[in-house]
Amino acid sequence: MAGAPLKSRLAPLLEQRRLRALRRRLLVLFAVIGPGLITSNVDNDAGGIYTYSLAGAQFGYLLLWTLIPMTLILYVTEEMTARMGVVTGKGLSDLIREEFGFRITFFLMLAVLAVALGNILAEFAGVAASLELFGVSRYVSVPAAAVAVWLLVVRGTSKSVEKIFLTICVFYLTYVFSAFLAKPDWLTAAYHTLRPTIEWRSNYLLLLLALVGSTVAPWQFFYLQSAMVEKRVPRDRYWETRADVLVGSVSCMVIVFFIMVCCAATLHLAGRTDIRDAAEAAEALRPLAGPYASALFAFGLLNASLFAASILPLSTAFVICEGLGVEAGVDKSFREAPVFYWLYTALIVVGAGLILLPGTPLVRLMVLSQVVNGFLLPVVLIFMLVLVNRADLMGEWRNSWGFNAVAWATVGVMIVLTLALVYLGLTGARVSLTPGAE
Amino acid sequence: MIHVTEVLDSGVYDAQGNYVGRVRELCLVPAEQSNRIARLVISRGRYQPLVARYDQVASIAPGTVRLNTGELQLRPYEPDEGWLTVRKDLLDQQIIDIHGRKVVRVNDVDLVEQATDGRMELRVAQVDVGLVGAMRRLLKGVVAPGWIRLLQKRLPTRVIPWEFVDVIETDPLRRVKLKLEHSKLARLHPADIADIIEELAPAEREAVIQTLDSETAAEALGEVQGDLQVRILEGLDKEHAASLLEQMPPDEAADVLAGLPAATAREVLEDMDRQEARELVELLRFEENTAGGLMTPELFAASETTTVAGAATTLRETEVGVDSLDTVYLLNEQNVLSGAVPVGRLLRATPETPLGRLRTEQLVFVDTEAKERQVVDLFDKYNLRSLPVVDAEQKLVGIITVDDIVNRLWQAHR
Repeated sequence: MAGAPLKSRLAPLLEQRRLRALRRRLLVLFAVIGPGLITSNVDNDAGGIYTYSLAGAQFGYLLLWTLIPMTLILYVTEEMTARMGVVTGKGLSDLIREEFGFRITFFLMLAVLAVALGNILAEFAGVAASLELFGVSRYVSVPAAAVAVWLLVVRGTSKSVEKIFLTICVFYLTYVFSAFLAKPDWLTAAYHTLRPTIEWRSNYLLLLLALVGSTVAPWQFFYLQSAMVEKRVPRDRYWETRADVLVGSVSCMVIVFFIMVCCAATLHLAGRTDIRDAAEAAEALRPLAGPYASALFAFGLLNASLFAASILPLSTAFVICEGLGVEAGVDKSFREAPVFYWLYTALIVVGAGLILLPGTPLVRLMVLSQVVNGFLLPVVLIFMLVLVNRADLMGEWRNSWGFNAVAWATVGVMIVLTLALVYLGLTGARVSLTPGAE
Repeated sequence: MIHVTEVLDSGVYDAQGNYVGRVRELCLVPAEQSNRIARLVISRGRYQPLVARYDQVASIAPGTVRLNTGELQLRPYEPDEGWLTVRKDLLDQQIIDIHGRKVVRVNDVDLVEQATDGRMELRVAQVDVGLVGAMRRLLKGVVAPGWIRLLQKRLPTRVIPWEFVDVIETDPLRRVKLKLEHSKLARLHPADIADIIEELAPAEREAVIQTLDSETAAEALGEVQGDLQVRILEGLDKEHAASLLEQMPPDEAADVLAGLPAATAREVLEDMDRQEARELVELLRFEENTAGGLMTPELFAASETTTVAGAATTLRETEVGVDSLDTVYLLNEQNVLSGAVPVGRLLRATPETPLGRLRTEQLVFVDTEAKERQVVDLFDKYNLRSLPVVDAEQKLVGIITVDDIVNRLWQAHR
C-alpha cells in the first residue's frame, strides 16, 4: 500500500547518509590517494636521490628532459599492476604462482629477496650518512632506526602506519625548498625539461641508464598490486586508482626535478661533480646555498631513507610469503605467521647490521643486487604483460591494442636499458650508485 | 603413498611395453566417484593427446605408468568441464581448509595406491600445503627421486585430508558438473566463514556466497568487515542481495544499505519484503554513530500486567531472534517504556507473577540522538547486555545489544 511514500521517503534519506559518509571520507582524503603515492615516493630513496644529485651535479640542467618519458614509463607500468590488483583481487606473486607454477615463483622470490636486501642496505646507509651530517654517530642512528622501523610495523596498527607513511610523503617537499634556496635559473631548467639533449659521452649515457634504473624497480609492482588488493577498490571506481597512480608518478618526478635543479644550480656551477653519495651532496650545498638548504637536503635524505627502510622489508616479506603460500600479514600473530616475521626481522637486522660491521664490501653487495635487479626486472615486466592480457583473468580490462603497443615499447626500452646497465656494472664502468657506502 | 608431482610427466607404456607418451594431467570425475584418479591425459608431442581410463592402468610408480591395453584402445583427449584436473585446478591454487578454517595454497597432492584385480587405482588422500610438497616441486628433475624421498622424511609435514578440502570454482555451471557444494563449509561457524571470505578474491568470494544457503550466507555476511559487505552485495544480483539483507539483523542491514550506491540500494529495497524494507528505511534516518544508528528494532516487549506464564507463551512463539531475547521490555498503558525484566528473572518467578513486579530497580535507557560515547559509557557503568532506545515521545523504538558495542570498541581500537 505504501509503495510510493516509501520510495519518496527513501531517496532523501539515502542521499543524506551518503553525504555524511562522503564527509567522513573527505576527512581522510588519503583513503583514495594512497598506495600509488606511497609506492612512487619510495622510489625516491637513498639510491635514487644520489643518482638525481649526481645527474644535476655533472650535467646541470641537461638531463631534465628524461623526467617526462620517465613519468610515462612509471605510469604505464604501475597502472597495469594496479589494474590487475583491482580486477583480479589477487597479488602479483599470487597470480604468477597460479599461472606459472611453483618453481618459477620460487626463483623469482629469491631474486626479489636479494634485490630488496641490497636496497635495504642502501637505505640504512642513507640513514647513517644523513644523520652523521647532524653529528649523530652511525652506531647510534642505525640501530635506533632499525628498532623504530621494526616496532612501527610489528606494534603499530595498519591504520596508524598508513597515516605515518602519508605524512612522510609530505616531507619530500623539503627538496622543493632546498631547490628554491639554491636560486636556480628556472628558465633554463624549463627549457631543458622540454628539449631532449643526447650527448654521446659515456658518463652521460651511464647516468641516463642509472636514472631509469632507479625509477622502475620490480618490488614496487608487487607492493602496489598487494596494496590495491588490500584497499578493495571496486571496479567501477577504478578511475580513483588510476588517478592515485597518476598523482604518484607525477609527484615522484616533480621531486626528482627539484633535486636535480638544486644540484644543477649549485654543485654543477661550482664544479663539484665528484660527490660519492647523497649526504656528500648535502654537505657540498652548505657553502654554495647556505646551511638551511643543506640541512633541508640532508633531512630529505633521512626522511626518504627511513621511509623506504620501513616499507621495503615489510613488502618483501609479504610478497615472498604470498608467493610461497605461507601465512603473512601484520594483523597475524608471530605464532600464526612465523616465516613472515622471521623474514621481516632478518631483512632489517642484516640490512642494518652490515652497515655497522666494519670491512663489509658494501659497494660490491649493492652492485650485485643491482645486477640481480637488472635480470629480475625484464622477467617481472614480461610476466605482468602476459597476465594483464589474459582474457580469463582480466576480461574486458585487458590492455587495449594501443596501450599494449605503448606498454611493450616501454618494457622493451626498460629491458635494453637495464641489461645495458648490468653489462656496464659488470665491466666496472658504472657510476657509483651506492650512497654512504664508504 | 605416491605424490602427484612424481606421477606428472612420467613415461606411459602400453601392455607390450611400448612407449606411448607422458602423463600431462590427472583427472577426477566427481560425478562417478569422489576421490579416484579416473583419467590420465597422455601427451604425445605433436600428436593428439590420449586419455587412459582408470581401468586401463596396470601400475603406477614414480616415473613409470604401465597400461593393461594397447595404445589403440585409448580415446583421444577432449576437454571435459566435468573433470577436476589436478594440475590445473588444484596445484598452486587456493583451496579452503575446512578443518583449519582458512584459505591455503596447494603445493602437492598425495595419492594412495589401491590394487584391485590386477589393476592399480589411485585415490586422492590428502593435499600437501607445507614445506615437503614445496621442496618436491622445487627439486623435481634436478635431484634424484631417492634423495628427495630421503629429504622429505626430515621435514615437517602439513597436509589436509581430502574430505576437508573445499575446491573453489567460480563458474556456477561447472560447479554443478563437478558436484562441488559448500555443504561442508556451511557447517562452520558464520564468523569462520566470514574470515575465509575476507581472504578470497572477489570472483571466488561471490562463488562461495552463492553456494551457501541464504541463511548461512546472511549470517556469514553479517560477520564480514563493513566495506567488504557492501562490495559483496554489489556483486550479487538484486534478488539474492535482497534475500540476504532480509535475513541479516536490521541494524547491520541498514549499515550495508547505506554504503551501497543510492540507485542499487533502491532496487534492492524494492525486492525486499515491504515490512522489512520499511524497518530499514526507519533505521537509515539515524546518524551512524548515535544510539539510533546502533540499535536494532528487533526486541521483545510486553505490558506490565502480563503474567510470567503469558510472557513465556509469547516468547515461545515470537519471531524475534534469540540474540534480542535476553531482556523483556515493559510498556505502560501509554505504550511508554516503563521497565526491563531480564529473562533470567522470568525463569525464577512463579507463573502467575505479573511482569511489572519483576522489573529491575533502575531503568537505564537512551534517546535515539545519544552519542556513541554516551552509549558505551552506560554499558560500562551499568554492566549492561542490552540497552533500550526511546524516541522523543519516550516510545521504545529499538535496543542496542552488547555484541555491537564490543564490535565498535574493537574497530575503534584497531
